[in-house]
Amino acid sequence: MAMVRGIDSREKRYVKVTAVTDEDGRITPVSVEWEDGRVYEIDRVLDRRQAASLKVGGTGMRYLVRIGQATTYLFHEDPRWYVEAKIPRM
Amino acid sequence: MDRIILHSDMNSFYASVEQAERPELRGKPVVVAGKEELRHGIVLTKSIEAKAYGIKTAEALWQARAKCPDLVVLPPRYKLYRRYSEMARSIYYQYSDLVEPFGLDECWIDLTGSLHLHGGDALVVAREISERVKAELGCTVSIGVSWNKIFAKFGSDYEKPDAITPITRDNYRSIVWPAPVRELLYVGPATERKLRDRGINTIGELAAAPDGFLKRRLGKVGFVLRTFARGEDATPVKPYDPTARDVSRVVKSYGNGLTAPHSITCEADAKALVWLLAESVAQRMREDGMRARTIAIGVRNDVDLSGYGCQVKLPRPSAATRHVAQAAWAMLRIRERFDEDHPIRALHVRATDLVEPDLSGQLTLFDDPEPDWESLDRCIDEARRRFGNTCIVRGVELLDETLAGTDIKDENTVHPVGYFHR
Repeated sequence: MAMVRGIDSREKRYVKVTAVTDEDGRITPVSVEWEDGRVYEIDRVLDRRQAASLKVGGTGMRYLVRIGQATTYLFHEDPRWYVEAKIPRM
Repeated sequence: MDRIILHSDMNSFYASVEQAERPELRGKPVVVAGKEELRHGIVLTKSIEAKAYGIKTAEALWQARAKCPDLVVLPPRYKLYRRYSEMARSIYYQYSDLVEPFGLDECWIDLTGSLHLHGGDALVVAREISERVKAELGCTVSIGVSWNKIFAKFGSDYEKPDAITPITRDNYRSIVWPAPVRELLYVGPATERKLRDRGINTIGELAAAPDGFLKRRLGKVGFVLRTFARGEDATPVKPYDPTARDVSRVVKSYGNGLTAPHSITCEADAKALVWLLAESVAQRMREDGMRARTIAIGVRNDVDLSGYGCQVKLPRPSAATRHVAQAAWAMLRIRERFDEDHPIRALHVRATDLVEPDLSGQLTLFDDPEPDWESLDRCIDEARRRFGNTCIVRGVELLDETLAGTDIKDENTVHPVGYFHR
């Protein structure tokens, strides 16, 4: 994996997610709560597909979500959710 | 018109799943192996990297470590493998309703009726499936494409990992026929020896074997194997019901076996193990509403690891633990001495010759009426369903302390894999 400046590596981090399940069983994440208590509203789900995480391992339904200006992957491992969290370089 | 059949085989399945879950293990020699403390320390699956060191499946861990000191040894996580297996099948299922699992990591997929919906080219579909498994699961598959199940399986074994091998009417004589007979499904060591004695070494030679020899040396199965070798196998791919448990479709027997944590050298320990295994076998039969007419045991000796098997018919079909256990125990007791000179390493109890649930079976006229053991068992089953398999334990099973707490049914069930369906 290509190293991004300032990011040493990534790790699997489980997060608290608020999601809506519609009558067809389709799940749409609404917001993500980070471990320090900050809540990020998800502005839009850009893509959803079954995918493996090559960065941190594991698999699940992968949502590409936009939060403000940034986009990130959010994985639903059923029942848990995780992100590929950045580990800052020391 | 020829059928179009794919056989998809997930490469180094358990090890690949572990590597997909834990990226730090990618590129490293990894094996998934049983617990050494319980003497289950044999290699179940090796990663491609471990294979390069010459490590083989079913090898003892100390042998594997001798070949590769940096070997990463992981305990099996069957729940996880089942999840990956189901995800792979749900991909296959999007291309055809005829998906037949063969173990956790292999499936036949019959595309004959659905290929036109996916562009009409079997190799394109095979590539798409292969790429989707890689992207969605992070594992690789080998796929064989042919007009019959046997050659499709041969194709998936032909090149590994991450490959697609078409076996066509034009190339099978040059790809399949020069291969050793051993590589044909259902040719094991015994059959191979018989064939080799008569100078039949390759699949091509088997395809040309004369009737007389086949009948004399191999009997009926000889003709079946020749049919396989000629690419004339017409066995259909069975439809897979994703909601049904795998085992309920092709069950021909229920079996449980266990390598004991220590060698069995006394009668009480042997009896405890027999009952423990019989309990699980009978419980699984009852869950599926089946009864068995025949009980078989397999015994492995601890000195030279040789083994034997034997079977007995029950007077009436039964799914009662008591009947299974008593039949198995009777066979074992007259054959074994249970002393230090004749230690037993592993035992296996199997119930076969199954009868449909609603047939009550022939009643006997002259025997004393017996208590309804199955009703008692069903009460126990219900308690276990609610409180776990170890909530009620038979006294006899407590005689061997090292077995206490062993949950055979959930931990040691080997799903039967059958090719010849009824």
